[in-house]
Amino acid sequence: MTDAAISAPAATPAPAAVSATTVPVVQLTGVSKVFQPTSQGARPVEALKGIDLTVRRGEFVSLIGPSGCGKSTLLRAIGDLTSVTEGSVAVNGKPAAQARRDRDYGMVFQAPVLFEWRSVQENVELPLEIIGRPPHERAVRAREMLDLVELGEFMSHRPWQLSGGMQQRVAIARALALGPDILLMDEPFGALDEMTRERMNLELLRIWERTGTTVIFVTHSIPEAVFLSTRVVVMSARPGRITDVVDVDLPHSRDVETRELERYFELVTRVRESLRRGEGPSSGGTARVRAEGLSA
Amino acid sequence: MTAAAPSGASAASAAGTVAAGAVLRGPTFGERVREWLPAAVLFVGALAAWEVIVRVFQIKQFILPSPVAIATAWWTYLPELSSAAAYTLVEVVGGLLIGVTAGILAGAVTARYAAVREAALPFAVAANSIPIVAFAPIFNIWFGLDTQVSKMMIAAVLCFFPVMINTVRGLLSAPAPALELMRSYAASDRETFLRVRVPSAVPYVFTALRVSATLATIGAVIGEYFGAPKVSLGQYIVTYSSYLNFERSWGAIVFAAAMGIGLYVLVVLVERLVAPWAADRSGAPA
Repeated sequence: MTDAAISAPAATPAPAAVSATTVPVVQLTGVSKVFQPTSQGARPVEALKGIDLTVRRGEFVSLIGPSGCGKSTLLRAIGDLTSVTEGSVAVNGKPAAQARRDRDYGMVFQAPVLFEWRSVQENVELPLEIIGRPPHERAVRAREMLDLVELGEFMSHRPWQLSGGMQQRVAIARALALGPDILLMDEPFGALDEMTRERMNLELLRIWERTGTTVIFVTHSIPEAVFLSTRVVVMSARPGRITDVVDVDLPHSRDVETRELERYFELVTRVRESLRRGEGPSSGGTARVRAEGLSA
Repeated sequence: MTAAAPSGASAASAAGTVAAGAVLRGPTFGERVREWLPAAVLFVGALAAWEVIVRVFQIKQFILPSPVAIATAWWTYLPELSSAAAYTLVEVVGGLLIGVTAGILAGAVTARYAAVREAALPFAVAANSIPIVAFAPIFNIWFGLDTQVSKMMIAAVLCFFPVMINTVRGLLSAPAPALELMRSYAASDRETFLRVRVPSAVPYVFTALRVSATLATIGAVIGEYFGAPKVSLGQYIVTYSSYLNFERSWGAIVFAAAMGIGLYVLVVLVERLVAPWAADRSGAPA
């Protein structure tokens, strides 16, 4: 590890970059990804094709689409967990790999991925340990983050003593521990029951409002995408591409009532229709709405 | 979650849910007694049945001595049995230390380098399936007929393969998302190794250690059958069996059994101390 990496901002949320207003947080240009076949005779799979997408600071962008549409691959490409075959991924104006080394990301997976040999607090401290923060500072920061997800009482519990929803909240606290610019979430609530999921949605919105972090959120739930997002990016499969981008013009501060607004239902319907169009009558799908210009 | 083995990052285990503020406590003394009671009753009952059967059917002592006869012989010859046991214990512990250390080191290297893994692992798995004790007489020739070193080497080789194989499996058991998480933090290979791979491997290694505690005892005693000083459990058993003085052989067997069980329990206790999170993992990977 280099000295430069250790000195990355850690204990406080990253201050907004000077260029915040001009440089988008994420800029995808002509991104394609082809998975080469692992066995002979199999065909290469075009997971992503011609993806253009711009995400501005403070946005909450959901990626939605049928399974196999490459939404997770796209998220992983943004986070430099996978490479792209073509095109460029710029994060905070630098290549994704550099952004990862600068620890601009917080990742949350579908599984909480908590380490059972660590207490809840120690799990949240993990990223702070990696960048070499002193114990006292780590403890203070872990406390802060766990209070944020309302698990302050559970600091010394073991992960397996918590429910699935609580474990996922610990994972979110850990992802926020370094004060990342961008929170990348890969179907984080996909394994939870509907009731817990709705509660977690509210919780996440509250955290998003308080931290001002940019969120990119993969989901296969239309209501979840509409409820959470400022924009919903609709994708289609084979090859994975963006077929529509829906601006969610619901009131900024949302609560349980939001799910009963007429506009909410309209937007849910709008996204559902986009998804259906994306599937198309034939597998080729001729009548696609391209995303060009919609990201502005 | 891709974890096939019960290790690494915790999959959402809703089963272990507790209410806010609930305190976890260990079993009380009464609960512990109740837990152990069936086993204790069975043990005492079996000894009593053994005693009764031997007496009722007047079984000859060279076929099966009664527990009381064994206990009497054990008490009578305790001094010489103790020195024999001490001699053998040195071999067992020495072999265990050598085999486990070598196994963990070899496992770490094997897990680290894919090339080594592809070359060495098939042989290790094959070697783990052959009866290594069959080499006991040969090891006695190589390392000295009545030295402790030759028995240590048999014990060490017996322990080596299970430890090495489980170390490799354990180090490679970390689920993909756990490794991606570390990657997203730009953690170095060393950080990932120490903070994810090593803790993931601990329960696997302890599973192998429990097996090794037993294997080392077997290896040392069998090695002694083929040549050792008279003050060793193996030779003691061989000698008094040939004199048809089976109570004394049984006295030595009691010591060998106690040694195997004692080492096993020691490993379990150390595991609880070192890796409490894996303590309930007795059905762990083999």
